[in-house]
Amino acid sequence: MCLSIPAKVEVINGEMAVVSVGGTKYNASLQMLDDVKIGDYILMHTGFAIQKLTAEEAAESLLVFKEFEELNEKLDIEEKETGKRIV
Amino acid sequence: MKFIDEYRDKDLVQKLVEHIKRVSKKQISLMEVCGGHTMSIQKFGIPFLLPGTIKLISGPGCPVCVSDRKYIDQAIAYARLDDVIIATYGDLIRVPGSTSTLDQEKASGADVRIVYSVLDALKIARDNLNKKIVFLGIGFETTAPGSAVGVINANMEGISNFYLFSSHKIMPPAMEALIDEGVKLDGYIAPGHVSAITGTSIYKRIPEKYRLGVVISGFEPVDLLKAILMLVYQIEKNDPKVEIAYTRVVKPEGNIKAQQMLEEVFELRDDWWRGLGVLPKSGLKVREKYADHDAEIQIPVKVEPTREDKGCICGEILKGIKNPKDCKLFAKACTPENPVGACMVSHEGSCHAYYRYNRD
Repeated sequence: MCLSIPAKVEVINGEMAVVSVGGTKYNASLQMLDDVKIGDYILMHTGFAIQKLTAEEAAESLLVFKEFEELNEKLDIEEKETGKRIV
Repeated sequence: MKFIDEYRDKDLVQKLVEHIKRVSKKQISLMEVCGGHTMSIQKFGIPFLLPGTIKLISGPGCPVCVSDRKYIDQAIAYARLDDVIIATYGDLIRVPGSTSTLDQEKASGADVRIVYSVLDALKIARDNLNKKIVFLGIGFETTAPGSAVGVINANMEGISNFYLFSSHKIMPPAMEALIDEGVKLDGYIAPGHVSAITGTSIYKRIPEKYRLGVVISGFEPVDLLKAILMLVYQIEKNDPKVEIAYTRVVKPEGNIKAQQMLEEVFELRDDWWRGLGVLPKSGLKVREKYADHDAEIQIPVKVEPTREDKGCICGEILKGIKNPKDCKLFAKACTPENPVGACMVSHEGSCHAYYRYNRD
């Protein structure tokens, strides 16, 4: 029911936009979201843009995973050196 | 697809799983309260990736499943009126009422139309001025703002034949009711798209009052595993709080414009939830100001007596007390082709998700 998909804004015409989801075009209302620009990615739900997707946040959250990865590797090394399970 | 593919990355999934296995020591149960999460968790086989210390249980996050059968019966009663066109999301069409479904009514000649958006329902209203268009408003905080826009637009444009029949509900009262009922839980995986609208503040009572963590998750495997990892951290450190794992979509303040539209059109009322009964201030009723567009007020209709099916344990499944496989009807008398209860009809119902992805 709450299914929403990321879509790229291609055309804006007043309160309506044409958005693209993996190449397929849909109409989306911009009535619930201010300051939408062409090229923005929005989250679309039942024909409405409900939130903007932020590329910086997306990149950052993937970076956080890299930190986990590094932490895991460090812990592996430490465990090997000390012979003890750390976490 | 951008913003999706990178969150299905196999290596990243393996790294996250490895990390969860390292950090998780206590035996815990985490509940997801979004039907979309239930689907993703089963589809991607998340339970099979997790260590034995973590149990995932599904909660009351499928709006179609938790809604009263009386709501479907009333929608069917509207459909039987000659001057009414029902406009509905596809999710509701096959949900069994007491003696019929909207699909069966359509086959018998009722004008029932599946729409993708309330904006389509408004168009039907503009094109059929001699008919009453009843839009079935179902869903949580993600979907309710769309219905609010429908009412606001109808009011502004003078589309007097558009009526909303609201079954909209809000999530937090059910999340608190489950803990009050004593369902054993250690943390909530909170709904991503509800939170895209509401922000984080709606959950703050859960760590404050119940000392349970809440982490808002997205719908891809990496999103879900990240949310689980964050909850495990909170639990191991005994530091429950509200956190966002789905930062590319959810802002702490949510979508303020959508919240204002909800506030403009709806007020809270007590509402009935399958499995939980009547929860105070958990449903959304159209405000008196917009009574001209409220189907419940403008279109009086006689509704047949509600009849529930025997043997269906949907209510207990929605509370997380039982699993679909505990039901005697599951995958025998009750299948997606021939559903007994709403949890098997809706694609995001637990029974449907288990039937499709985790039947054996």
